[in-house]
Amino acid sequence: MSAILELKHLRKNYGALAVTDDVSLAVDAGELHAIIGPNGAGKTTLIHQISGLAPSDSGQILFDGRDVTRAPMHERVRAGLARSFQITSILPGFTARENVAVAVQARSGSSFRFFGDPARERDLDAQAMEALAIVGLTGRADVTAGQLSHGEKRQLELAIGLATRPKLLLLDEPLAGTGKEESERVVETLLGLKGRYTIVLIEHDMDAVFALADRVSVLVYGRVVATGAPDAVRSDPAVREAYLGEEAA
Amino acid sequence: MLDTASPAAAKVAAPPPEAGATSARAPLIRREALAFALFAFFAIAPAIAQVGAEGYLLSLVIRAMIFAIAALSLDLILGYGALVSFGHAAFVGIGCYAVGILMAHSVSDLFVQLLATLLASALFALVTGAISLRTKGVYFIMITLAFGQMIYFLTTSLAAYGGDDGLTLPSRSAVFGTDVLENDLVFYYLVLACLVGVYALLRAIVGSRFGRVLRGTRENPVRMQAIGYDPYRYQLVAYVIAGMIAGLSGFLLANHIEFVSPAFISWQRSGELIIMVVLGGMGTLVGPIVGAMSFLFLEEILARITQDWKLIFGPLLVLVALFARGGILGFFRRKA
Ligand SMILES: Nc1ncnc2c1ncn2[C@@H]1O[C@H](COP(=O)(O)OP(=O)(O)OP(=O)(O)O)[C@@H](O)[C@H]1O
Ligand SMILES: [Mg+2]
Repeated sequence: MSAILELKHLRKNYGALAVTDDVSLAVDAGELHAIIGPNGAGKTTLIHQISGLAPSDSGQILFDGRDVTRAPMHERVRAGLARSFQITSILPGFTARENVAVAVQARSGSSFRFFGDPARERDLDAQAMEALAIVGLTGRADVTAGQLSHGEKRQLELAIGLATRPKLLLLDEPLAGTGKEESERVVETLLGLKGRYTIVLIEHDMDAVFALADRVSVLVYGRVVATGAPDAVRSDPAVREAYLGEEAA
Repeated sequence: MLDTASPAAAKVAAPPPEAGATSARAPLIRREALAFALFAFFAIAPAIAQVGAEGYLLSLVIRAMIFAIAALSLDLILGYGALVSFGHAAFVGIGCYAVGILMAHSVSDLFVQLLATLLASALFALVTGAISLRTKGVYFIMITLAFGQMIYFLTTSLAAYGGDDGLTLPSRSAVFGTDVLENDLVFYYLVLACLVGVYALLRAIVGSRFGRVLRGTRENPVRMQAIGYDPYRYQLVAYVIAGMIAGLSGFLLANHIEFVSPAFISWQRSGELIIMVVLGGMGTLVGPIVGAMSFLFLEEILARITQDWKLIFGPLLVLVALFARGGILGFFRRKA
């Protein structure tokens, strides 16, 4: 399999703290690659670096055959890199429908159009509704996003990501803060996306990780200590010591 | 959604055609109705004022409409873009001085003056916006303030054009070589046409694809980047549009009082424009019109009652800020 995303010796420091410490990692096209690790391991920072929200100190990010290490976030998105945030990031004053439609709009035609109501562009609307259907929010399309429940907001953010037609979806703890039922719903949605999208998933919920992931990488203090199939990683003594063991204790 | 090709067409096209409007559209329809009512009031105001034989009242309404145009333009970036520009009066000043300086050189043609106004304000907006928009929050406020003051001090140093004292215009702009604008009523309706046209134009813009992106950057700029937009480009274009419209209001202001002065450009004037927008209700377009009217009428009334009117005016604004979040418009919406 060919790698769609390749990280080469990526580094980032916050002051004296090496948050990303020589990370090299390849994500294959079509796989669901989970990144796990204890709190503060640098998972979110790594996603920030890949998506372009935070610059890297050194190293290289290759995406879809292109060096995007210094590209601004919006360019990476246009190249096919979408993400969700650990702390839900939506447009709270827009309806769910418009949240997704504005993402569709970003890749269909110019947004320097000053006349005409985009809500009447059937094409934008149809694609937005399609993405909402995937995450099960069809019935909530015209609710103001800020008024959705926490779980629904997480789902909406996923739909926004999908609406950009990504080649790679970076998901930062999509289950964070969701209840049992809601999290089952998200896992189900992700299972449906698996295979159709390349996904990098950060998650603390180990049941979800082992149910979803094709491969798992373990990040500890900014370093990748193991990468491999879920079962292999689970039984890796180094991982057990650094991470899983800590949880069992 | 509105045909904004001509101000005349926009005047009749005010109510949105949406029949099965969703709840989100309802306030929009109410706003359109209010705008329509305001424009209708402006349209018949000269007839009423004539009964009272008060040229002074008419002049006050003209001033209110001119400042409404400036406040409307500020609402585009402040209300829809969340960009707190504290130097917006500079654009009004550029419009004023474009007229004043050209007049001083005997170029009195309206179209030439208007073109100069729009070009100069667009250029100034492009350059200062390109720099200011690199900063955020309080720094943006500070840098727009600084650019505004730059224009202020520039005009005070223009000795050839009156410096501190300002410049009295020999006449109003000429239309095809005629002095038709000297007729106050003609000028009144020109200002009204500009107001309606600007309103319709901005209403179309905020409802367009571009407006949607601009509103998105107000809501959450990082999310907008994360779906592929560069907020900077959209904010800059909005800044230039707002600057040009404010320039237009300056053009009208100079013609109205036939005098231009650095006093129109000081940071206090920029602050007053912000107050008008906030007072009426940000991000509504109708709000700034209501705000500009309320501001100028209140100022006028209070100034008649007492010399120390600012002592009343200040606390009154604080009260509005405290108790009528969303401005006058927001206050009435909650009552309804
Ligand atoms: N902007 C910042 N400035 C300084 N330090 C930061 C910044 N962002 C993160 N850090 C630090 O970097 C380290 C890694 O943070 P990060 O959020 O990437 O961890 P994480 O693996 O996502 O943790 P969690 O599982 O809790 O989400 C932490 O020690 C954090 O305090
Ligand atoms: Mg994190």
